Amino acid sequence: MKFGVVIFPGSNCDYDTYYALKNVFKQKTTFLWHKEHDLKNVDCVILPGGFSYGDYLRSGSIAAFSPLMQEVKEFALRGGLVLGICNGFQILLELGLLPGAMLRNEKLKFLCQFIHIRVENNKTPFSHQAKKGQILKVPIAHFDGNYFASPETILEIKKNSQIVFRYSDAKGQLNEEANVNGSAESIAGLINKAGNVLGMMPHPERASEVLLGSEDGRIIFESIIAKLS
Amino acid sequence: MIDKKIIEEHNLTLEEYEKIVQLIGREPNITELGIFSLMWSEHCSYKSSKIHLKKLPVTGKNVVQGPGENAGIIDIGDGLVAVFKIESHNHPSYIEPYQGAATGIGGILRDIFTMGARPIALLDSLRFGPLSKPKNKSIMEGVVSGIAGYGNSIGVPTVGGDIYFNDCYSRNPLVNVFALGIAEKNKIFYAKAEGIGNPVLYVGSKTGRDGIHGATMASAEFDQDSEKKRPNVQVGDPFKEKLLVEACLEVMAKDIIVGIQDMGAAGLTCSTSEMAANSGAGIEINLDLVPQREEGMTPYEMMLSESQERMLIVAKKDKVEEVQQIFSKWDLDAVTIGQVTEGGRLKVRFEGKIVVDLPVDAIINLCPVYKRESKIPSYLKSETIIKPFPSPENYSKTLLKLLSSATIAEKEWVYRQYDHTVQVNTAFLPGADASLLRIKNSKKALALTLDGNSLYSYLDPRTGGKIAVAEACRNLACVGARPVGVTNCLNFGNPEKPEIMWQFKEVVEGIAQACSAFNIPVTGGNVSFYNDTEGISIYPSPVLGVVGIVDDVSRAVSPGFKKAGDSVILLGENKEELGCSEYLKCVFNMEKGIPPQIDLKEEKRIQEFCLETISMSLIESAHDISEGGLSISLAECSLLSPLKIGFSLAIQDDMRLDALLFGETQSRIVVSSSNQKVKKLLNLAKKRKVKATVLGKTGGDRIIIYHSNKKIIDIPVNEAYKAWKEAIPDIFQVK
Repeated sequence: MKFGVVIFPGSNCDYDTYYALKNVFKQKTTFLWHKEHDLKNVDCVILPGGFSYGDYLRSGSIAAFSPLMQEVKEFALRGGLVLGICNGFQILLELGLLPGAMLRNEKLKFLCQFIHIRVENNKTPFSHQAKKGQILKVPIAHFDGNYFASPETILEIKKNSQIVFRYSDAKGQLNEEANVNGSAESIAGLINKAGNVLGMMPHPERASEVLLGSEDGRIIFESIIAKLS
Repeated sequence: MIDKKIIEEHNLTLEEYEKIVQLIGREPNITELGIFSLMWSEHCSYKSSKIHLKKLPVTGKNVVQGPGENAGIIDIGDGLVAVFKIESHNHPSYIEPYQGAATGIGGILRDIFTMGARPIALLDSLRFGPLSKPKNKSIMEGVVSGIAGYGNSIGVPTVGGDIYFNDCYSRNPLVNVFALGIAEKNKIFYAKAEGIGNPVLYVGSKTGRDGIHGATMASAEFDQDSEKKRPNVQVGDPFKEKLLVEACLEVMAKDIIVGIQDMGAAGLTCSTSEMAANSGAGIEINLDLVPQREEGMTPYEMMLSESQERMLIVAKKDKVEEVQQIFSKWDLDAVTIGQVTEGGRLKVRFEGKIVVDLPVDAIINLCPVYKRESKIPSYLKSETIIKPFPSPENYSKTLLKLLSSATIAEKEWVYRQYDHTVQVNTAFLPGADASLLRIKNSKKALALTLDGNSLYSYLDPRTGGKIAVAEACRNLACVGARPVGVTNCLNFGNPEKPEIMWQFKEVVEGIAQACSAFNIPVTGGNVSFYNDTEGISIYPSPVLGVVGIVDDVSRAVSPGFKKAGDSVILLGENKEELGCSEYLKCVFNMEKGIPPQIDLKEEKRIQEFCLETISMSLIESAHDISEGGLSISLAECSLLSPLKIGFSLAIQDDMRLDALLFGETQSRIVVSSSNQKVKKLLNLAKKRKVKATVLGKTGGDRIIIYHSNKKIIDIPVNEAYKAWKEAIPDIFQVK
């Protein structure tokens, strides 16, 4: 089993994700360079957080045109596991692997803080080790995390149980205050219909060690590892 | 022809001009004059501060690099070094807050990775005018967004810092940015131009007309027209710099370059002449080869441009291609624009002609050094006297008022905009006494803090300097870190005014005494003079950045109370000192009096004791007493407690009650301890000759303080939390 972490110019959580996989979860992990056309036979591709190409245009929009993304798309269509974290989620939306788009946070400020998410769907390769309704404490750090989709799309993703995580309070209640960035349906994590491509705004790699204030992010990596072994 | 007017426009005196003529044996041309105006500016030459800075202790067994390089370097063990520095970006941030602050971050980060270190932390010390004025609010909003915009994008966490508000910063805000990186001890790079014939490469962004005269701008007072200097402020591109960081570190991992220098203030001029001067060599460059963003630039403009995100590299002769390959991988220009030469001259070609031919020694080392006149300021006589004032009727209300004063109130509104968790090292969130970053693959952590109370320095500069060092070190002691190195940013008014020079001299003396007493070296820093607008100077504002080491990160201590029923213990002695307090300012609108005095030996004893109790796991929490005094510090222990645990305590000392509650007497720390450990702690205190007083217990959901069996403060924790937490968001009208 091998993980691949893609490096785009401007990625800045590439090393963090690599560190978590390699040092915390002791997994074989390799970097994948955006200019190449080689997925190096990995079993799970992770698009890390950051500001790919500076995000001067729409977040993630240029990275979606990187040479490697052709392979990532094909890999996803073949059923390969793809996880997009933060900027990676934005890129998955731009790639069309996930529906919808990201707007600026409702209050128009960058938000870096620990928040809570509630597991809505625990039947995915990324969440099957969690209980349905489990609350996870994980950090966010983004400017464009306000998920948006047309009413038809929202209906569709709800019908297909594509919402994997929702922003909630510590007790699991959904409310305006807990939905810090103003996302439609409090969506924090979204999976594709086929169930192999997950995008999430919170950073599980920043919540995989007690020292960093939470270990709740581990469950996502542990789910993937269990699924692949 | 160079005439008097041109010389003045370049901020040089006639005497300085004559010295230039004498040094180079002829009249300089306009480009050469521009070069001297930059490198002999106060900002680049330290001509007014040099003689005083000599007093600072700069050596120590862990010092790998002291002042004079891009950044200071301290050995932190296990083959690693910490590379750190603080810089000011005050003037640009006033004219154009977003870009001023953003390029400040870009500049300080280049200082760090230029030396081969990957930047892992940013902190900033900000000073604004009161937020009751809309202009100050918009400056603060712009500065915070600028820091966030650059730091978040490049992926270096902004983990802490401090913010003060005072009217003296209304026309002259301070933006001091600190960065720290980690490098392998045997892989440090310097600004060297060694090896005659080695190629000089220009890498990074293209050169434009932005930032021309930035360093000179930073070396003059501002007037009504300062807004017009807006085009002098550079525009930052954090994405480009992120690519530069990665490309430079990749190049440095191989044995293919000789030296490297960033192009910060004074751009091409500074990097070429400094690299040459450092190695006793010369450099020749051809401006026609410099990647340019605009057409028709003159040599003068190119040499003086402060376009951001550029570096100069001296490569090994046969490795140019390898260097270029790495930069091209990261989509960056890397162009050979010249070579290292013999003879110590800076030669610049443009369209086939030599347009600059100067001895680098004259540019870098022979700038005149001034021993400027100094005089005790006349304001001290009147301002240090406090007229009688009444005691408050309701201490609970006063405490709430202080908790919601901008300087004391919670700063989450600010740090939530900064990515402070990227790089997965952040062990303490912002708001603790010091920022704490684990060192990967080790038990150790680095603790970082910035500190400086300018009102203290205004009314007793020497004490202000001492306290800035002492308090920063106390912050470190509270988390369990031993200080290992200091960097300082000294923000002052116009040094040509004798009263300002006196403030400077005294503050430096205070810093030197404290650093010597604590035995910590100053490894560099920055002096920012001319913080005056329309003749009004800021308070003398030293900002101290201190780096400490925690040997075992699992033992580090945070300020919040941990559980109900613990004993709360005050380390140190209460004294009746209300001068320069936040209380006087906030309640009586008085910025007067003599600041609290400090006995450095006693201070050191308290800090050592705190460290000892932490290493023995005797305490659960520790918090330093500073602005707002004992009662604010105690309240903060509740507010910073994850469970918002209240307390019920009694204080006994016989003095004015407001002084006891809100006075800012130094050398005091509030700790909490599990009951079974209290006795051991008190015995140890006795042995170490530290005064330790048990004040009472944590618990409940109220903040309660008794004095002489009378309840003088009683507030629900929730109410205090609201006052403290919502003060700043309320000002900016968001929640």
